[in-house]
Amino acid sequence: MALAEKLAAQQRSISVAEFFEKNKHLLGFDSPTRGIITTIKEAVDNSLDACEEAEVLPDIFVSIVRTDRDVLRIAVEDNGPGILAEKVPFVFGKLLYGSRFHQIRQSRGQQGIGISAAVLYAQLTTGIPAKVISRTDARAAAHLFELMIRTEKNEPEILRHEEVEWDRTHGTRIEIEFTGTLAAKKRLIDYLRYTAVVNPHARIQADIDGEFHSFDRASEEVITPPEAIAPHPHGIEFGTLKRMASASSDDVETFLIAGFSRVGKKSAEQMLSLAGIRGTRKAKGLSSEQLKVLLDAMQTVNVPPPPASLCLSPIGEEMIVQGLEKEFSMDFVRARTRKAQVFSGHPFIVETALGYGGKLDAEGQGQLLRFANRVPLLYQQGACAITSAASEVNWKAYNLSQQGLPMGPVLILVHVASTNVPFTSESKDAVAAIPEIEREIVLALQDLGRELKAFINKRERSKLAENRARAICSIIPDIAGKVAEIVEKPVPDIAPIEGQIMRKIIARKVTREGTVELSVHNYTRSPAEVMLYLISGDDASGADQPPDFTDAFGDEFNKVWKVRIEPESHWRVHYPGRGGGSLDMRGVEEKMKVVVDLDVQ
Amino acid sequence: MSSKDVDALARRQLVGIAETWYDQFTEGRIPSLTLPTRTKQNIEYDETSEVWKYGERGTTRTANSEKSALHILKMAYVIGFLKQQLQESRSSTLREMYYISEGWKRAKFSAQDESNMLVEDLEIITELSREAFHLRPEEDGASVYGPLRLKETTKRGVRDIHCQQDVGEAGYPIPNNVENIEFVEHDAKFIIAMETGGMYARLMENGFDEEHDAVLVHLKGQPARSTRRMLRRMNQDLGLPVVVFTDGDPWSYRIYASVAYGSIKAAHMSEILATPTAQFIGVQPSDISDYNLPSDKLTEGDVAALKSELTDPRFDTEYWRRQIKLQLEMGLKSEQQAFASRGLDFVTKEYLPARLGEMGIL
Repeated sequence: MALAEKLAAQQRSISVAEFFEKNKHLLGFDSPTRGIITTIKEAVDNSLDACEEAEVLPDIFVSIVRTDRDVLRIAVEDNGPGILAEKVPFVFGKLLYGSRFHQIRQSRGQQGIGISAAVLYAQLTTGIPAKVISRTDARAAAHLFELMIRTEKNEPEILRHEEVEWDRTHGTRIEIEFTGTLAAKKRLIDYLRYTAVVNPHARIQADIDGEFHSFDRASEEVITPPEAIAPHPHGIEFGTLKRMASASSDDVETFLIAGFSRVGKKSAEQMLSLAGIRGTRKAKGLSSEQLKVLLDAMQTVNVPPPPASLCLSPIGEEMIVQGLEKEFSMDFVRARTRKAQVFSGHPFIVETALGYGGKLDAEGQGQLLRFANRVPLLYQQGACAITSAASEVNWKAYNLSQQGLPMGPVLILVHVASTNVPFTSESKDAVAAIPEIEREIVLALQDLGRELKAFINKRERSKLAENRARAICSIIPDIAGKVAEIVEKPVPDIAPIEGQIMRKIIARKVTREGTVELSVHNYTRSPAEVMLYLISGDDASGADQPPDFTDAFGDEFNKVWKVRIEPESHWRVHYPGRGGGSLDMRGVEEKMKVVVDLDVQ
Repeated sequence: MSSKDVDALARRQLVGIAETWYDQFTEGRIPSLTLPTRTKQNIEYDETSEVWKYGERGTTRTANSEKSALHILKMAYVIGFLKQQLQESRSSTLREMYYISEGWKRAKFSAQDESNMLVEDLEIITELSREAFHLRPEEDGASVYGPLRLKETTKRGVRDIHCQQDVGEAGYPIPNNVENIEFVEHDAKFIIAMETGGMYARLMENGFDEEHDAVLVHLKGQPARSTRRMLRRMNQDLGLPVVVFTDGDPWSYRIYASVAYGSIKAAHMSEILATPTAQFIGVQPSDISDYNLPSDKLTEGDVAALKSELTDPRFDTEYWRRQIKLQLEMGLKSEQQAFASRGLDFVTKEYLPARLGEMGIL
């Protein structure tokens, strides 16, 4: 037998499902640990997309239960519009089946691979079929399916289908069991938190092997789903043009005007005259050669950018700030939504936010949160254009130290929204290096960097002013004491001077000749209510103002006074004691308070 | 005024500063301190006393900055210390006070300069000299040699000294407190003050004091306060003209200026330290060319100092402008001992008699 014949016997078509079975990493199923995150990510993305389309506020429940030593049951449930019973097997049991692949608009999922790949992964590791419940309406019944994928044909196999009782009036629940570990639990929680940040209209609750996490809604505003638009002549490829032309029954001119966004009669005529094609010809009848010439002409003619406001749905500056503030505690947070831009005919919008201080980790590199179409990107940070753009910014100019990314308590959020986010691979982990996108990220971050610098400078200044005032306020009593000694008169009251310097609320402790004096001066223009906490060896018995609360631990006493002080007045307590210890005042804004302990030199 | 009265006045003045602050405290005002600005831009010629004094420009330090608050705190400690010292009739040196401040916690001095400046501030405010506070300077008074008899009240009694017959070659050393000296008699016609020890010894060896009835004073470089006070007293009390003989360079002209007009640093003391009638004898820039003296080139620093003198109000006279401009043109300077190139007797036999004749002293 000739070799070619031998080979021919082995040559046959490969099903997509078979292909992905062998190339799991392309879809983000390279390890059991990652498999869990990818599964939940795909399911949650679908839920959010579905809720958005139905214009309902998403209410999503995620659960992971360990059913056996290394078998995990993952369930994701939403209150979306549900899926028609006859479509359910295809959505979950057939790869490359979806509603959004042919549409040009911003959406989380697109190709219809994600969730069915998870079903396939489960089937490969445990052989347990996926369980789906879906209900479209309160009046309709809920349908339960148990599904598997026939890999050689890429077709769903329904193992069970029945109508069931379900407590949700509409929505979808998917349950998948596969071998895996919870090693990546932290990353999973990060994913849910980041999702909550960029979807402030969603409520996400999660039960991760008995550990409960809740990410509340920060906004009650339903997101208007972006509309699909016609392709833009500058972003189109030959194959697409050919497919569109063959499906058209119009003449070429009408085909151009109706089939593409921003193409009017004038630009259509320009394209046709440039290509040397008569406008009255049928689009269907054009040869490949003619279509190639037409494609070139379409790129040459100047056409306005695509209508980004229709097909893109940026989160918005206010929402980003709200979303970040509910999940992170920071002293500074600002967001910037740039104007829509275009790369190769695809509209995109870059949004960034910069957070600083608060409870952010002050050690090491700052955090970078990457998002594409409202989906957090968790892997391959180093390969992502967002990372390189954020590292390209000269953060040192904004008073931050920098080793690639800025160092210290910094959080950077970058969201790229587009009808076609250019990912480096199908696992959608990293944004490809597109100069137009990188430029927008750099500009937005520089803008925020300038605001952060102003904030840091202002804070430094007020810190300096406070240090200065604190220093003076500890020297003034010494001057008063020495001056009184020289003129042989009683020590003058320095309180008015302190007030003049500080314009603040001052708590002061001083111990003289066995008497501890504690005072609070309110030099502000409004009344103040404060709590004075003093931990020292004295029990404050015999105080002229007994503490509201005393607590003994070891040989120390914690004393608390609750005090209300009118503006421009003061409160005082004396008791016999040795002084020392530590004094704190609460109930006052940090920048308005000064605690002066004259027992500590 | 008896020394007891001076002590009482000093105490009153010092405590007065503290009282001002005390009043500021009780009125709820932040303590402050106003002093004249101590720069050459703020010295003015006083017609009546014929000396240069601080002008109107003042600097107010208010304790609303950490630095000023500390300054006031330190001053309060110094006042407290001086008050006690006056009370106990003790005295101390500036350096001793610097070490005493070690125990003043936050108010301790970070350097000797700081305590010196503070004491000068107190002199300005109280219009008294530091001697009135019983503070002795560390600096060494220079010496006097000539036909002069005086009495000095020392801690061990009164000493009667003739400044030629009772002293060695080093001459009579000027004490820190010149007020303790009483002049008895003299046979002098004028006083010649010299910058260097070499020239002082040359005039003594050549018998210049005897030949011309001169009192020789060795300034030892930039003269100490006591040396300037001694010159002033001999000039005032004995009516003797004073001439100053220094090197021919910009730094030496400042020695003359501090004798004649007072120094910028101690302009508040000018009235008791300066000798306004003191005249500059040499080395004049014109002498360098007239006598063809061995010379050195002016350094960049010399040129800058000469230019700075052109804007110094103390050198704003026809004579000095001409001499300084001449020197800048020549680009040369000479030391007073350069006259030795014409023989060891040239300076006492030729140069000084000629100059003194020109100046109407001989």
